[in-house]
Amino acid sequence: MSDFLRVENLGIKVGEFSLDGFSLAVGEGECVSLMGPSGCGKSTVVEAICGLRGQWLRSGTMVLNGVDITHAAAGARGIGLVPQDVVLFPSLTVREHLEFGPRLRGWKRGLIKERVENLAEGLGLESLLGRLPEGLSGGEARRVALGRAMALCPRLLCLDEALSGLDEERYEEVLAMMGQVMKEEKMTTLHVTHSRAEAEVLGDRICQMVPV
Amino acid sequence: MTEVKAETEKIWKQRPEWPFLLFLLFVAVSYVGLVLLMLGANVLTVSWAELGRVLKDSAIQDSIRLTVVSCTATAILSVFVAVPLGYLLSRYQFRGRAFLDSLVDVPVLLPPLVVGLSLLILFNRVSLSEGCGVLAFGFFVAAGFAFFGTVGRRRIIPFTLALLGVFMAAGVIMLGGEASRLEEVLGGVGLPMTFHPLGVVLAQFPVAAAFAIRTMKTSYDQVSPRYEEVAMSLGCQRGQAFKMVVLPQVGRGVVAAGTMAWARALGEFGPILIFAGATRGRTEVLSTSVFLEINLGNLAGAAALSLVMIFMAVLILLLVRGFLSKGGSE
Repeated sequence: MSDFLRVENLGIKVGEFSLDGFSLAVGEGECVSLMGPSGCGKSTVVEAICGLRGQWLRSGTMVLNGVDITHAAAGARGIGLVPQDVVLFPSLTVREHLEFGPRLRGWKRGLIKERVENLAEGLGLESLLGRLPEGLSGGEARRVALGRAMALCPRLLCLDEALSGLDEERYEEVLAMMGQVMKEEKMTTLHVTHSRAEAEVLGDRICQMVPV
Repeated sequence: MTEVKAETEKIWKQRPEWPFLLFLLFVAVSYVGLVLLMLGANVLTVSWAELGRVLKDSAIQDSIRLTVVSCTATAILSVFVAVPLGYLLSRYQFRGRAFLDSLVDVPVLLPPLVVGLSLLILFNRVSLSEGCGVLAFGFFVAAGFAFFGTVGRRRIIPFTLALLGVFMAAGVIMLGGEASRLEEVLGGVGLPMTFHPLGVVLAQFPVAAAFAIRTMKTSYDQVSPRYEEVAMSLGCQRGQAFKMVVLPQVGRGVVAAGTMAWARALGEFGPILIFAGATRGRTEVLSTSVFLEINLGNLAGAAALSLVMIFMAVLILLLVRGFLSKGGSE
């Protein structure tokens, strides 16, 4: 499998924390689960790949689909992020969250509607489309965040501990739904988790980060 | 071991809370009591007949009208400045940021008469070429800070600042022999400021805007930068993220900033007196009306006008509180 995402010798420094020589390769359509103990820099790596930590980057290159994205703006990378803290926009409804990316990109109205309906059906959000984030359960909020990230059909989907904090019942439900949608969409995915079981369900391959 | 146990036991013996509550109550009653006594003293001094007389006075009616219009204009202008500047101070780290942050508070710290005097000198003593020279110097210093600062690859910022500096320097050369003052130039295009109603707004603006900027910065500080980060990962540029994600969350802050600016403008006196004057029926606002009534020895009239100002301040406060409690935006 050729490398769709290639990260080489990534060096990041944030205050006292530093990470050196991090390399990773993800094939097209592959889901790689990135595991490691707390504080080893998993989320920092994902956010650097997403282009949110440019000021912390010290060295290394990142290539996505043959394009060097090391210094590209976050929005120009074609990466969808589901952050650990979900971060839904309080003033937007669930539908507006799903429409957010496609609208920004100037998709045609019909296409946006079709995409939103497909995602809402796949993620079980049909009945929630008119709701604001306030009052959504943890599982619902995470499904909305996933839908928002997937709506643009990103080249790479990054899930940063997207299921943390869910109770057991919701966890199983959202995990199954996520796995199903990701399989259907055949998205290249980088998935950060603490849970080996979750990594085995979603990931084709597991990478273990070891603190130095 | 028994000593440890005895010490541990002490923890569970709670001291009574009433001394602390009493202290809180004492401070609250002292302060609120002072405010109520001040308002009460005013109300007791005012006779209804005097209140009716001042309200029927056409000069006072003009003064009330100019007060409402100028305070509203100042509040709108302040919000226009506070919304972007508050965001800049809240979100960006750059060399000179602490200096800029302090500079925002300078109008609040300066004696009001100095604010008025500074405006008077700026508009009537400094020539255009001198003004351009000062601005050019300021832009070049800022460009230097930005260039060697922490703005990374964003060379566009120092470049733009330097370009503005060059424009201003060119202005100095072009206006070399020009001795026109800012007031003369603005007066020439129909915007006279000194001792003119427009000057009232300008005199109210520096302090009102400082309060509005501080309020907006606090509002932005309460919104996590994560919202912008996620919005940018979805394809937003910084400006789009600000408009689509941040601004809807600081709606209450905008209203609070506007209210603060309005209330501050209502109470402004020193800069107005120095820069716009207190000409009856022309640049007179309620604060200067009170001053004029006192000068005429009419304490009852001054108290009646104070009551009108208190009524306006309370009314605007209640209206805004009502709006905020009904929701608006978060």
